[in-house]
Amino acid sequence: MMQKHDIKLDINGKKYEIAVEPRRTLVDVIRDQCGQTGTHAGCHHGVCGACTILLDDEPVRSCLVFGIQADGKKIRTVEGLAEGNKLHPLQQAFTDHHALQCGYCTPGFLMLAVGILEKDPDISHDDLVSALSSNLCRCTGYANIITAVKAAAEQMRAG
Amino acid sequence: MASKKKLILGERLRRLEDPPLITGQGRFADDINFPHQLHMRIVRSPYAHAEIKSINTESASQIPGVVAIWTHGDISDLGPIDFRADKSAEELKAFRQFCLAKSRVRYVGDPVAAIFAEDPYIAEDAADLIELDVNQLSVISDADQEPGEFDEGLGSEAALLTHTFGDVSPVWDSAYLVVDVDLRTGRHSGVPLETRGAIGVHNKTTDTLELYGAAKIPHRNRDTLVRMLSRPPAKIHLHEGHTGGGFGIRGELYPEDILVLVAAERLGRPVKWIEDRQEHLMAANQGRNQHHLARMAFDQNGQILAMADEFWHDQGGYVRTHGANVPNRTMCMLTGAYKIPAFQAKCHFRLTNKTPAATYRAPGRFESTFVRERIMDIAAEKLGIDRVEIRRRNLIGVDDMPFKIKFNEPGLETLVFDSGDYESLLDKALVHFKWDELQAELNERRAGGELVGCGLGVFVEESGKGPVDGARISVDINGDVEVLTGGASLGQGFETTMAQITAAALGADYNKITVLHGQTDRIPYGIGAHAARATVMTGSAVNITALKVREKALDVAAELLQTTADRLDIENSEVFISDNRNGPSVSLAEIAERLAPGSKNLGGREPNLSAEGFHNTKESAFPYGIHFAVAKVDAETGHIKVERFMVAYDVGRAVNHMLLEGQLVGGCVQGVGGALFEEFSYSETGEPLAVTLADYLLPTMDCAPAIECLVTEDAPSPTNELGIKGGGEGGINGVGAAIAGAVDDAIGQVGAVKELPVTPQRMKVMLNRAG
Repeated sequence: MMQKHDIKLDINGKKYEIAVEPRRTLVDVIRDQCGQTGTHAGCHHGVCGACTILLDDEPVRSCLVFGIQADGKKIRTVEGLAEGNKLHPLQQAFTDHHALQCGYCTPGFLMLAVGILEKDPDISHDDLVSALSSNLCRCTGYANIITAVKAAAEQMRAG
Repeated sequence: MASKKKLILGERLRRLEDPPLITGQGRFADDINFPHQLHMRIVRSPYAHAEIKSINTESASQIPGVVAIWTHGDISDLGPIDFRADKSAEELKAFRQFCLAKSRVRYVGDPVAAIFAEDPYIAEDAADLIELDVNQLSVISDADQEPGEFDEGLGSEAALLTHTFGDVSPVWDSAYLVVDVDLRTGRHSGVPLETRGAIGVHNKTTDTLELYGAAKIPHRNRDTLVRMLSRPPAKIHLHEGHTGGGFGIRGELYPEDILVLVAAERLGRPVKWIEDRQEHLMAANQGRNQHHLARMAFDQNGQILAMADEFWHDQGGYVRTHGANVPNRTMCMLTGAYKIPAFQAKCHFRLTNKTPAATYRAPGRFESTFVRERIMDIAAEKLGIDRVEIRRRNLIGVDDMPFKIKFNEPGLETLVFDSGDYESLLDKALVHFKWDELQAELNERRAGGELVGCGLGVFVEESGKGPVDGARISVDINGDVEVLTGGASLGQGFETTMAQITAAALGADYNKITVLHGQTDRIPYGIGAHAARATVMTGSAVNITALKVREKALDVAAELLQTTADRLDIENSEVFISDNRNGPSVSLAEIAERLAPGSKNLGGREPNLSAEGFHNTKESAFPYGIHFAVAKVDAETGHIKVERFMVAYDVGRAVNHMLLEGQLVGGCVQGVGGALFEEFSYSETGEPLAVTLADYLLPTMDCAPAIECLVTEDAPSPTNELGIKGGGEGGINGVGAAIAGAVDDAIGQVGAVKELPVTPQRMKVMLNRAG
């Protein structure tokens, strides 16, 4: 067992004071040490994007970050998207437009899309497709994902 | 009643599955934990073929936190992993895989040791210290090379399989045209986004073994485990949670599933194993890898006179749970939607030193459609007949239905295409997708110098193979409906589909229905979700059961409302008199209360508003479809862009059009991957060259074409009450064929595409050949 280091994480506004081995990836720390299992690991090498979270509001692959690197930072995951029973417009659009089948890649796509739309609410179709192409989905064939994200973008712009 | 039933079946209802999945509350394999659990790490062979001299576990076992390390000797009482069911199984038994390699390793990734540790990181540390000493053996890198040795005295050709009907031999010399092709399909796999996972628990109180992370066919796997572990069925239970995609490869019984169970019992602690992606790409079932030498004979009008095919199926290192199912399905479905008088298929079912193969979505059909439709394109060109027209001339007619294909070989199952109007679908598709206008547009673009073209693939799919499935439905005193099935959910919308069928048949409120699946301790039988069976088989059983519950509810309601059952209807869980909608009514909840055990209203009835029902069938349901692709080739880079993809598909009857289109579109894009990008390639010495998702290239959003669907319900299946046929595999079946045709058309060389995937490298070779 390697030496553990004390870190503080803020996940969806909740504080976690934990001790981590420096080699633990952030996705493992979020899941195994903080119990937030909505973030999924799909490839462990930064290609699939299933583990995408927002780290200080930037979309990041949490399998490519060590937990210790997130010390003191603000993390947002899929569990923090809905406000009570009110779904985030992206969550609502994903179910309305059948943008998920098995649902394994969904948290990553949702967090990636939140990151993109918060930064650039008026993003063009081509830029959106280009940005969303960084995550993989094996079930849907993507068409409904792009439809859902665009519908949510419109909703979010309308406030 | 009838109108309501029609309304719910087919409706694009929002999925019942979604709420937990979009809020991060799913329960996938890695989300399941048990107190005091151990973590398993598999040590895998880095050699493609070798004899094991020794495995040194000494230094690995010194690492604090390592609890046990097993090699084959530690579980030598455990036999190889059994076949599920296969008539050809006996001759294949010698090729089965042990959970940990016994004396040889046969592919890179073959499990040789299992580490059990307190923490997954520690288990991985220990795995690095295992020393494997071997004598390397010569590697069989392809199925079409000279056969080698699987084991001492045992050759690598496990079986020579045939399917024939009629007599092809007199045809070749006299035919007007014979087209010969030499075609290959690359090695692909389903590659679900969730890797495999298995958690074994030994419940010591009841002496029951429990396997979590099960998927696809929990009941059938339980039956295999009962045989392998010599336990009664009541003492082994499988539990399916959320499953992050299946595509045929997830949920089969693999070495790791058995290891966690055996270890949980022997080590006395729960054992968890979560596969990493690199492991997945060298350990989970692969498929598709075939080499075909096929020929077809035609008369001058383009009528097919005979078809023959000799092919080599690359099975990889072992024969897994399916036995020889995939090559057999390849041969069965080779003739597709055409009437062919004589047929001869011969398959060399061979072991090689690659990851073992098994079923992957539309197994044998993606491959056989590619072969058949390649020949049709070439024949059309040689005979000067339009590509669509030559296909039309050979289609099985609506008057031929049910169309039987009986093979000469004794014991082979006769295929009965249950219903279909293939030509009508072709006509509708040509109009819907504006085929003629598309040709004009492409001609113009080609005249302008673009390398752009279109292609098509016509196919028959297979679904709903029986023999039986059942369901139990109960309504509680709150009106909540539980639909208990032995089905499985891999993301396809199983729960929604079953709830929709229940809502339609029973009249229950869709939102008050809960569908259970994949729990062997709740229901003793279940067909699972494989080979497009779920909606047909389990759906039919659910329909039959829901109608029984309805009958019971109406019987009680008739008494309460002082009328007769035939005057009643049920909508949104409320029973009312059909011609007096605003009159008296009674809810299913109230009826359930009056049927509770001990209720004075029971009369002579069995207690509870519930029923069990079964759907039996001897025949499969055969959906059919046509794929059209438009592809553009970049002469500079060899990159192929699929601009448009069109799917025409007759599903007999759709339960939910939104989900069906989801299946078709998702399947298509997976097929685009297989046609253009995805390939498990190996070095000459058997090292896998695609062990990350940066090497095994899945389609991304920017290379997924826009897909247009035309779903028809013209040919309901006579094999089940609702007329349903399966929809899970119709999206992928013809993709390779259609894209190959489109690429040929784009570069003006018919028959140029001989191998899938058409990677940029292969495309450049074709372009250079064209000069």
